Amino acid sequence: MVRFASARRGALALAAALAVLAFGYSPFFARADRGNTVTIDNFTFGPNDLAVAVGANVVWTNRDDIPHTVVSADAPAGLKSPPLDTDDHFEVRFDKAGIYKYFCSIHPKMTGTITVR
Amino acid sequence: MTDPIEPNAPGRASRRAILKCAVWAGAGVLWTVSVGVPRAGVLGGTARAADLASADFSFVQISDSHIGFNKEANPDAVGTFKKLLARVRAMSPPPAFMVHTGDVSHLSRDAEWDTAQQLIKETGFETHFIPGEHDMLADDGKPFFARFSPGATPGGWSSFDRNGVHFVALINVANLKPGGQGNLGAEQIAWLENDLRDRSASQPIVVLAHMPLWLISAEWGWGTDDAAQALSALKRFGSVTVLNGHIHQVMQKIDGNVSFHTAMSTAFPQPAPGTAPSPGPMKVDAGKLRTLLGVRTVNYVLGQSALAIVDHPLGA
Repeated sequence: MVRFASARRGALALAAALAVLAFGYSPFFARADRGNTVTIDNFTFGPNDLAVAVGANVVWTNRDDIPHTVVSADAPAGLKSPPLDTDDHFEVRFDKAGIYKYFCSIHPKMTGTITVR
Repeated sequence: MTDPIEPNAPGRASRRAILKCAVWAGAGVLWTVSVGVPRAGVLGGTARAADLASADFSFVQISDSHIGFNKEANPDAVGTFKKLLARVRAMSPPPAFMVHTGDVSHLSRDAEWDTAQQLIKETGFETHFIPGEHDMLADDGKPFFARFSPGATPGGWSSFDRNGVHFVALINVANLKPGGQGNLGAEQIAWLENDLRDRSASQPIVVLAHMPLWLISAEWGWGTDDAAQALSALKRFGSVTVLNGHIHQVMQKIDGNVSFHTAMSTAFPQPAPGTAPSPGPMKVDAGKLRTLLGVRTVNYVLGQSALAIVDHPLGA
């Protein structure tokens, strides 16, 4: 199970919430543990392969001056962020072990993996 | 400026200038069509009147306006867009129409599209739009298609004829695959094959698509995964001109009867492949940007595959 959290702006958060509801997940908007971060810089997710514990939150932050997204690479789609403009965040809680492959749907060469165990 | 894809071949430049291309940072390219061979020249260039006088008709390509972009590479993308459109409005004789080859908006926001649409409407020119990936960020592009190409097929692609030239507007920014590049999809390619099937091979074809239909950089995803299938349907035609945006710089390639041209952005430049860690907006100060303005002459000799390219910086 994947839980989504805040984006930077209200409108984006709402979009995220709607996306989450479409998948039957419950959104929440409180910022939790910030230990697991993925930074988007120079069209790259870093670290490219991040391992976290079950129940951990992961926060993506876009440091590029071009928007990016975080979208599941494998069907069914579980991850689907709104467009993240510069310095926008996207936060997800991973409640189930597994390998979550994702990409930027704007720049599909950008791919990454979250391994939850 | 030099072109990393096609080296200069000045030996061909002096013979017969059939196709001229322009480099103009923050501006557009004026295309004219005469006896089936599209030609290009810089907006506001002195040779324009003569080019137009001998042309059957002309049209303007604008691209990558990224309305909403406000970062360091150009804090005023609306302002540069307005300047471009003012140049188009000043053309005499005027172009028959304009094409916008995508990334009208930066973040698929209604306010961004509103601004672009209003400014383009004020020019009075009929304008054909295709989306870039930045226009597909809301509801799989449905708001873009509803606003800018309501008469297109459900997938967004379409075709039209002007003065004997057949224009095909393709969508290669939908359903992008992880790790992939631009994507046309089997349904669109089947539509294209059908659209072209009964046409005479002597009819000039102009193809519009946002992402390049030839591989410019695999690392940066500057290509279209299934372009080869679309191009095979175009092979039998004697004159095919492919106009793309997306990479915010001018590059050309000739392959048989097919010529490929990417356009400048009106918003910000991007680096040439291999010259920067990423394809993100290229930051240059205003003075430097002025030195990047220039004209490019491309001489295309019918029946020969080589391009001859000469670049002429405008300076300050």
